Amino acid sequence: MTTPVLELQSVAFAYPDGHQALFGVDLHVHRGERVAVLGPNGAGKTTLVLHLNGILLPGRGTVTVSGLPVVKENLQEIRRRVGIVFQDPDDQLFMGSVRDDVAFGPRNLGHRGADLDRRVMAALDMVGMADFVDRPPHHLSFGQRRRVAVATVLVMEPEIVVLDEPSSNLDPASRRELADILTGLDVTLMMVTHDLPYALQLCPRAVVLSDGIVAAQGRTLDVLTDDALMKAHRLELPYGFDPHVC
Amino acid sequence: MGAPHGHRLHFHGHSPLHRAPAHLKVAGLVVFMLVVVATPVRRPAVFIAYAAVLAVLVALSGVPVPYLARRMVIEVPVLLFAALLPFIATGPQVVVLGVSLSEPGLFAAGGLVLKATLGVLASLLLAATTDPRDLLVGLERLRVPTQLVQIMGFMVRYLDVVTDELRRMRTARESRGFTARNPRHWPVLGRSAGALFIRSFERGERVHLAMISRGYDGKARR
Repeated sequence: MTTPVLELQSVAFAYPDGHQALFGVDLHVHRGERVAVLGPNGAGKTTLVLHLNGILLPGRGTVTVSGLPVVKENLQEIRRRVGIVFQDPDDQLFMGSVRDDVAFGPRNLGHRGADLDRRVMAALDMVGMADFVDRPPHHLSFGQRRRVAVATVLVMEPEIVVLDEPSSNLDPASRRELADILTGLDVTLMMVTHDLPYALQLCPRAVVLSDGIVAAQGRTLDVLTDDALMKAHRLELPYGFDPHVC
Repeated sequence: MGAPHGHRLHFHGHSPLHRAPAHLKVAGLVVFMLVVVATPVRRPAVFIAYAAVLAVLVALSGVPVPYLARRMVIEVPVLLFAALLPFIATGPQVVVLGVSLSEPGLFAAGGLVLKATLGVLASLLLAATTDPRDLLVGLERLRVPTQLVQIMGFMVRYLDVVTDELRRMRTARESRGFTARNPRHWPVLGRSAGALFIRSFERGERVHLAMISRGYDGKARR
């Protein structure tokens, strides 16, 4: 088997205040996969995300990205390889214009001039936001801002894109537009969410994170139709939603 | 969502003043202010000339006078302070309308009002004719330290987000029957301000996370 894009081996983490969020997470994501990480609030999903690019370093266990361990010396390269789209686009878009925001990452990697412009436009093209390149982010709609946030990580040409609650606060049309964009990308994807229909729509594989461990994983459809499993981990499908019909 | 277009101080237009490079305008404003402040108060003719220069620039910019006048309200605290000067300053007294006033105080007050008004008007004109982002680029060209320009950039970016948050908090307060009418209500406003500070602080931390996630290492790059 090839080297996984993302490999976590018994990753455990406790916050400085003593609260332990992860109790030994084992996880593999292979090239080209789209994986959903499901779990109730407080399951440790966000803590897990912050381990993937070394914002948090595990107390025990290891995180490896395409064979490169996530340790202090590798952080610059790790952060190029792992692109995280945070939940609130207002946190991610902090510059005065869409262009500057998308250029922020590649500029940190040393790109300049025409090469930088080309990368910025290519990334914005992928999310259908090229026409908005010179607009300030706060004049865009929420859905547009989320798409620009996706562009800010695509521009780094990452090996894996990690999305934290990508569908939160989106209206149904923006939600569908984002799904179209994400499924059209040729990139490994990991999506942390409790929007189960969205997980089913986008990700063939699902991982259930509960109380800081991987409680189950498998085909998303199998996970969502395992009533006992769902109940045990506070996962519920929205009213009227039947995974078999989709 | 915040304002539909532009910032509160910026007045969209295409006049020569709008098109002039931002760094020239900033440098011009600074020079103008230094000259105004350095001019002795007892030379009223010179101040009239300054005012005339500003009036020509305002006319040239096409920014409506009421638009600028409304924003001049920011000067009120200075005017109040100036109004006190003739009463509290010492020195020879003169009697005006039956009230004994300090003569140096009168001149100081007059000078303060003149200089402050010219300064505020010139600054407002700069803000009205320069997009905030161009202003930042202009400051950068004038070799203002990048860290400072970056901080101002964050301010421009998050001003709408924070005022929006403030407005939502007020709506939430009022929806529960609270409207601040007298000083006894101030503690509630204080707590709101505190909550807003904490929220902004936490947002700052999240923004920082998002920045280092994209390879930021503390050095500003252009």
